[in-house]
Amino acid sequence: MMKGLKKWRLFSLLAVMTVFLSACGEEYITTLKPTGAVGKEQFNLLLFSIAIMALVTIVVSVLYLYAFMKARRSKLGEDYMPKQVEGSHTLEVIWTVIPIILLLILAVPTLISTYKFADVKAMDEVDEEGNKTALTVNVTAKLYWWEFEYPEQGIVTAQELVVPTDEKVYFNLKAADVKHSFWIPAVGGKMDTNVENVNKFYLEFGKESADLKDGVFYGKCAELCGPSHALMDFKVKVLDRDGFNDWVAAMQATEGQTASAESTDLGEQTFANSCLMCHAVSGVGASGAMGPNLTTFGDRNRVAGVLEHSKESLENWVKDPESIKPGNLMTGKYGELSDEEISAVADYIMGLSIEE
Amino acid sequence: MEETKFTPQTWPDKAEQATLEGKNKFVGIWIFICSDITLFASVFATYLSLKDKGPAGMEFSAASLFELPLAFVMTMLLLTSSLTSVYAMYHLKNHNFKGVQIWMSITVLLGLGFLALEIYEFYHYVHIGFGYTQSAFSSAFFTLVGTHGLHVVIGLVWIVCLIVRNAKRGLNLYNAPKYYAASIFWHFIDVIWVFIFTVVYLMGVLG
Amino acid sequence: MSSAAVTNNKGFGATLWDYLTTVDHKKLGVMYLFAGTLFFAIAGFEALLMRLQLMIPNNDFVSAGTFNELLTMHGTTMLFLAATPLLFGFMNAVVPLQIGARDVAFPFLNSLGFWLFFLGAIFLHLSFFLGGAPDAGWTNYASLALYSPGHGIDFYVLGLQISGAGTLISGINFIVTIITMRAPGMTFMRMPLFTWTTLITSALITFAFPPLTVGLFLMLVDRMFDANFFDHTMGGNTIIWEHLFWIFGHPEVYILVLPAFGLFSEIIPVFARKRLFGYSSMVFATILIGFLGFMVWAHHMFTTGLGATANAIFAVATMAIAVPTGMKVFNWIMTIWGGSVKVTVPMLYALGFIPSFVAGGVTGVMQAAAPLDYQLHDSYFIVAHFHYVIVGGIVTAIFGSMHFYWPIMFNRALSEKLGVWTFWIFFIGFHCTFFIQHFLGLMGMPRRVFTYQADQGWDLFNFISSIGAILMAIGVVLLVINIIITAKSKPLNCRDYWGDGRSLEWAIKTPVPFYNFKQTPLVRGYDPYWLEKHDGNKEGMIYAEPLGDIHMPNNSILPLVMSIGMFVAAFGALYHPDGKAWAIPVLILGLAITVGAMIVRSVKDDLGFHVHVEEIVATEEHLYGNGGNK
Repeated sequence: MMKGLKKWRLFSLLAVMTVFLSACGEEYITTLKPTGAVGKEQFNLLLFSIAIMALVTIVVSVLYLYAFMKARRSKLGEDYMPKQVEGSHTLEVIWTVIPIILLLILAVPTLISTYKFADVKAMDEVDEEGNKTALTVNVTAKLYWWEFEYPEQGIVTAQELVVPTDEKVYFNLKAADVKHSFWIPAVGGKMDTNVENVNKFYLEFGKESADLKDGVFYGKCAELCGPSHALMDFKVKVLDRDGFNDWVAAMQATEGQTASAESTDLGEQTFANSCLMCHAVSGVGASGAMGPNLTTFGDRNRVAGVLEHSKESLENWVKDPESIKPGNLMTGKYGELSDEEISAVADYIMGLSIEE
Repeated sequence: MEETKFTPQTWPDKAEQATLEGKNKFVGIWIFICSDITLFASVFATYLSLKDKGPAGMEFSAASLFELPLAFVMTMLLLTSSLTSVYAMYHLKNHNFKGVQIWMSITVLLGLGFLALEIYEFYHYVHIGFGYTQSAFSSAFFTLVGTHGLHVVIGLVWIVCLIVRNAKRGLNLYNAPKYYAASIFWHFIDVIWVFIFTVVYLMGVLG
Repeated sequence: MSSAAVTNNKGFGATLWDYLTTVDHKKLGVMYLFAGTLFFAIAGFEALLMRLQLMIPNNDFVSAGTFNELLTMHGTTMLFLAATPLLFGFMNAVVPLQIGARDVAFPFLNSLGFWLFFLGAIFLHLSFFLGGAPDAGWTNYASLALYSPGHGIDFYVLGLQISGAGTLISGINFIVTIITMRAPGMTFMRMPLFTWTTLITSALITFAFPPLTVGLFLMLVDRMFDANFFDHTMGGNTIIWEHLFWIFGHPEVYILVLPAFGLFSEIIPVFARKRLFGYSSMVFATILIGFLGFMVWAHHMFTTGLGATANAIFAVATMAIAVPTGMKVFNWIMTIWGGSVKVTVPMLYALGFIPSFVAGGVTGVMQAAAPLDYQLHDSYFIVAHFHYVIVGGIVTAIFGSMHFYWPIMFNRALSEKLGVWTFWIFFIGFHCTFFIQHFLGLMGMPRRVFTYQADQGWDLFNFISSIGAILMAIGVVLLVINIIITAKSKPLNCRDYWGDGRSLEWAIKTPVPFYNFKQTPLVRGYDPYWLEKHDGNKEGMIYAEPLGDIHMPNNSILPLVMSIGMFVAAFGALYHPDGKAWAIPVLILGLAITVGAMIVRSVKDDLGFHVHVEEIVATEEHLYGNGGNK
């Protein structure tokens, strides 16, 4: 990687260039190319505060450099004795009042947005028939995976959040074991999932995720939650409203779907014997499962949140989850499986899909 | 340091602060008490946020558990002990060492009485099933009242040490600040109890 | 011990005994400095391991569990066991001299404070060898801390409880010292700024450490004695821990940064050869920062879900802190303005500090904007921010002050040439490491991750950041080399090493005798030594009293014994949940040792001893040759 000192000059130049040109990061995870009203408003606040802070930093730096350049003893001579000044009331007032004004200017949008983002009254609004008007998702964070329940639709999924574009999506956030934090950087700020209470907030998803590199936005856990905190990723699939409705209908159609121990398919048989206690294969239900719901596994983007979506990854995961996500709660919950069984069950799980 | 023999006439006005060491102790105990107030504030806040909180279907609550008569007797004992320690300081000002020792001893007796009642109270709660590990409420209650109880124990040991150690040497500028600091600490314990009585017992019983 | 300090040629055993029992603020200052440097090096090494792990994506240099232990111990050690003792080192060494005192108000407690801190720190570090270090972050959030298996968290709780008690004791000690022991004429508004910041910092310690003590105690009984404070199934609430921790944790930042401000306020006027600009507003700003420091803790909890009103109040309160901090920065700049700046190593650190700290400060204000913080919180942006404040503000102050005060503390001067190299390598490494992390955070990288997947746009910046960390490590190694080389250099035996000293500590000749000033100085104004010097007073001070006997405190081994008792008791508490039969007896034994030592202390009179005039004259002649301190 380091082939000698000559490369360093190029390297540092490259570094500076990157800061200015591509410091925005990847569209599916960076906060600097936000989608949706919440993320955009936070981004605007970022730009606004950076502008004020850059102004302050520049003024201070110029004053400081000027003062230093003029006052160097090497210029003034070794014996120069400066005037011993006590202070200046005028200056004190100036540098007290100006920062206060700048902070007041920053405080106004801060306060407006704070109240705006906390406004979740619309969660409880109902139409004439008593149906909730807004889409609500109950998020449960568990040791190293995420469960997403759609209470009005009666469906539940895991690891991949599916939401429609251009409407406020409300979230009820809770942790099942230890504290986590729910963060989709490209869409908006985070909110903690506590163990003893439900936090509520909303996000808006400005565009469909299909054109993104992996076809999804990335979500992260932002609160240290144990060894595999870094691997507690989830993905967000954003569809237009029609697409979302179709997805909901497809999920609802999986009602009653299960794996049978009597099946002739070794994969399904193995799944029924070893996995079904924790992993459901029907999307109809509520949160509270021991393990992630696998109804849509074949449609997902990653295995275990971080591995490439392939049968091979899945086999590796089933063989030894501990080597991939240390501290996970799946290790040791099922009996020893032969290579043949693992391969078959991987095929079975990869085949679970509600999309064509 | 040669010990000067004092008489009530030569005894300085603010004997507890007459030496640098005395002054240091005087300022030090006050700063320590400031610090201890934050300690109790934290424990109080914890208690208030966990009051009546427990596992689903917990049978104990502040309203049903606490009994005012016992708490009232304890309050009276401690308030009286505060008064007796004031008498001791009054005698300290007048260089009446015997008075100091007697009133400090009475303070200790009253403090012991308080402690006995507190131990009885704790024993009673544990006996009816409200033990330290029973619920968040019980943990918070025992921690708050127990922290105060621990302060009482420390105060008693401190004062007893002073009484015993100085019994044969009389009052001088070396030990006067020690008595004074112990008495300030004792008042502080008393004030904290008034808050415990109000917040835990009165507000607990009256809802 | 009487006048034993006169003779320098003591055996190793006697010297060791002297340091184990000493109550001399100067020796304790040195002990704090070396203990702090030791833990700084350990924590720095942990940071280096973490940066090496994060240098490339999907690295497996350290495992996930080990990484969490490293990040926890790095944060905990740096804040509690490195920065705090290093600053205490300077406070001990300098403050009594600055106010013209013989020692601190309670020399015995000063020693106790050190030993509690040191044994608590050792206890915490033993966790590495006894089944694993704490791994729930330095914030130790309750749900994860209760869930964490093994004894790591128990070591954290007990170790910090012990060392925290030491810090609290030292804090109270400094307040009393500064209130009661100032030399005649040293009014509050003539106190040097480092003394002022020590006073305010000690006040912050007094009020901030008890909530931590309570929080740690609740965690202790929850983990070891089955209490239910944080177990929500039993009615507990983990948010209580967050509040208690941050009511302590935020002032802790000011506990560290205020003395750093004070040190720079000493360094800058000396090398600008100019009176500190706006002294009274500097004092006012210090007090205001200390006060506001208690009003803002919940800005660490913006995403916890406290509600809009709480977030709004704490956002505005947090922004308000920028005002007094800004006042300080402008005052430092105006001190330089029109002065005559000599760029020595301490001044280099001060000059590097100003822009770095401003950069760290403005990102702090950005995070005070709660809605924006929803994005920045727990991302690498916050990592960048607080390292800018802590490294750019506190570590530069410590390194600069090492060079600045080494002559007073050790009667030797650190090498300037090596110092300049250290500064530039460390400074460039620091910006290289942390500037880029702002962008990592904005690009969506959460903090406290042991690894990251490739192709999320983070690879290059993480690599650059790790290179910077290596540079910082080289800088620290150079500093240690400098210290070792200097130990062999010739003693200075001089007064006012830098030539432009202003406050009283420069008026005394080095090596400083164990009783400090032979006569208490009389202070006639702010910057008393500068005043006397420019009034043509060759001795540098005038005295408030004739030469007479000096009353000094006795050395004592009891502080060490008390601390060892706590150390032993901690092992008992730690192994209690394992059902070990010896656990409770060991706990009781340890507490008995401590209480026993306290009772011995209280019934055995400690009246100190007197240094007689003849001994003083002899000591001064021994130290400075014929004529003594003239």
